[in-house]
Amino acid sequence: MAVTVRPVTRPARGLWEQVYLIEVLRGLGVTFRHFFVNLWRHVLALLGRRAAAGAVTIQYPEQPAVLGRRARTRHRLLRRPDGAPRCTACLLCETICPAKCIRITAEESPDPMVEKRARSFDIDVGMCVFCGHCVEACPVDAIHMDSSQVELASYTRAGMIWNMESLMREKR
Amino acid sequence: MIALAWSAVKVGYALGFGFGLAGLLGWVERKQSAVLQDRIGANRADIFGWRIIGLFHPLADGIKLMTKEDFVPRGVLRPFHGLAPALSLGCGLLCLAALPFGGEFQMAGRTWSLQPWPSPVGLVYVLAFLGLGVHGVVMAGYASGSNYGLLGGLRGAAQMVAYEVCMAAVLAGPMFLYGTLDLQEAVRAQGRLIGGVLPAWGVFTQPLAFLLFLVAGTAASKRIPFDLPEGESEIVGYHVEYAGMKFGMFMISDFVENIVVCGLGAALFLGGWQVPFVSLAGPLGAVLMLAAFLAKTCALLFLLMQVRWTLPRLRFDQLLDLGWKSLLPLALANFMLTVWAVWLLRRLSWL
Repeated sequence: MAVTVRPVTRPARGLWEQVYLIEVLRGLGVTFRHFFVNLWRHVLALLGRRAAAGAVTIQYPEQPAVLGRRARTRHRLLRRPDGAPRCTACLLCETICPAKCIRITAEESPDPMVEKRARSFDIDVGMCVFCGHCVEACPVDAIHMDSSQVELASYTRAGMIWNMESLMREKR
Repeated sequence: MIALAWSAVKVGYALGFGFGLAGLLGWVERKQSAVLQDRIGANRADIFGWRIIGLFHPLADGIKLMTKEDFVPRGVLRPFHGLAPALSLGCGLLCLAALPFGGEFQMAGRTWSLQPWPSPVGLVYVLAFLGLGVHGVVMAGYASGSNYGLLGGLRGAAQMVAYEVCMAAVLAGPMFLYGTLDLQEAVRAQGRLIGGVLPAWGVFTQPLAFLLFLVAGTAASKRIPFDLPEGESEIVGYHVEYAGMKFGMFMISDFVENIVVCGLGAALFLGGWQVPFVSLAGPLGAVLMLAAFLAKTCALLFLLMQVRWTLPRLRFDQLLDLGWKSLLPLALANFMLTVWAVWLLRRLSWL
């Protein structure tokens, strides 16, 4: 493979830029504009007037965090129309999981058309790396990562383990 | 007895000026940067649910620094490690003594001066103690027993040498124009009006000197873009081995130096306590003088703070180049121009 050389010409600095003072003043112009425009908006908001926001900050614990539409959040187990979990305990998610955070125990399904079902389905969220492989691997679309729940902290390690019942709860 | 009490009042005012503004600057620094970067800034500290746009944060910071463990690492030079922050802060505070916070006013048949230490060599005194402050920085760097601290201290020394020379050369121009080294006299000399409309402030009679003074002053008080002794992204700086209030003292002394530089700038270039078109006499005039000086100092502080959040830090060779190769020749040229102009104007008997 031939090495290609692409000469990059440095932008020439004329006297105008080398004086530096003028460029500093231009920079100050930018920061002053931001400062006074934002200050004006803050004052308007303080006086109860409708104005554009003076800051892009999200005051997180009070204001909800804005998540992307495809953000991978805490897992959610989906149900069949009759309310039973869709999971057939095929263990594909447990197998593919790189963090080994899924543990499934299978049992016989009462439905003659389905071979197995999960007796327990535990996810240790503390070990999960949120890669989403379990969702990709599932052949029956039983697991999603769209609960929109990201506040998963717990005081104990045991508290980080989510069982089937809690995973089937809808949002929150 | 009255004189002593009045001196105590003035010293108290000077210290309050320094510490009060320094505490406020910590808040201003965070809030101003937040507003100009489209953020909200520190607003969580509250007393009984009152937040008052984050004004309690300096208080919380102070309490935190006071109650923190005073950790002294092994291998420091014992007396000097503790002495350095005191020296740094002390020199900054001593500068405040010669600032002309106000002129003189008549009350109860006496003349009261609002300057804590009226001195015929006030400017030399302020420059001297501003320069001496760097000994605290060098001492801190040397006594820390840490290479990074030492680097910070050396940077501080080289920077101070370069910019003290510039500072003195810059101020030679206005001082020649005012014909005095007494800061009070310098302020009085700016009380005239040029052509009846323009106050004869230094910023109008010595515009180049004002610009150079801002640059040299920022460098002398170790503020961004000249905060190489600190340089937290490369070397943590001369106070890397300090914890708790000892570190806090370095931080306050930086702010105090900044306040001194801005106060000096207000006195020499913005007419000090002068309020144009208003004659100041009596106690009401005294209040107005104090307010005018405070407002002018705050305006300069605001400007320097804005510069701090606008420019990135210089490289060290750029810093020394700017100091020795640009600032010093320009300052000397300004001085020569001033001398010639004054000579010419005297010749034409316009001055």
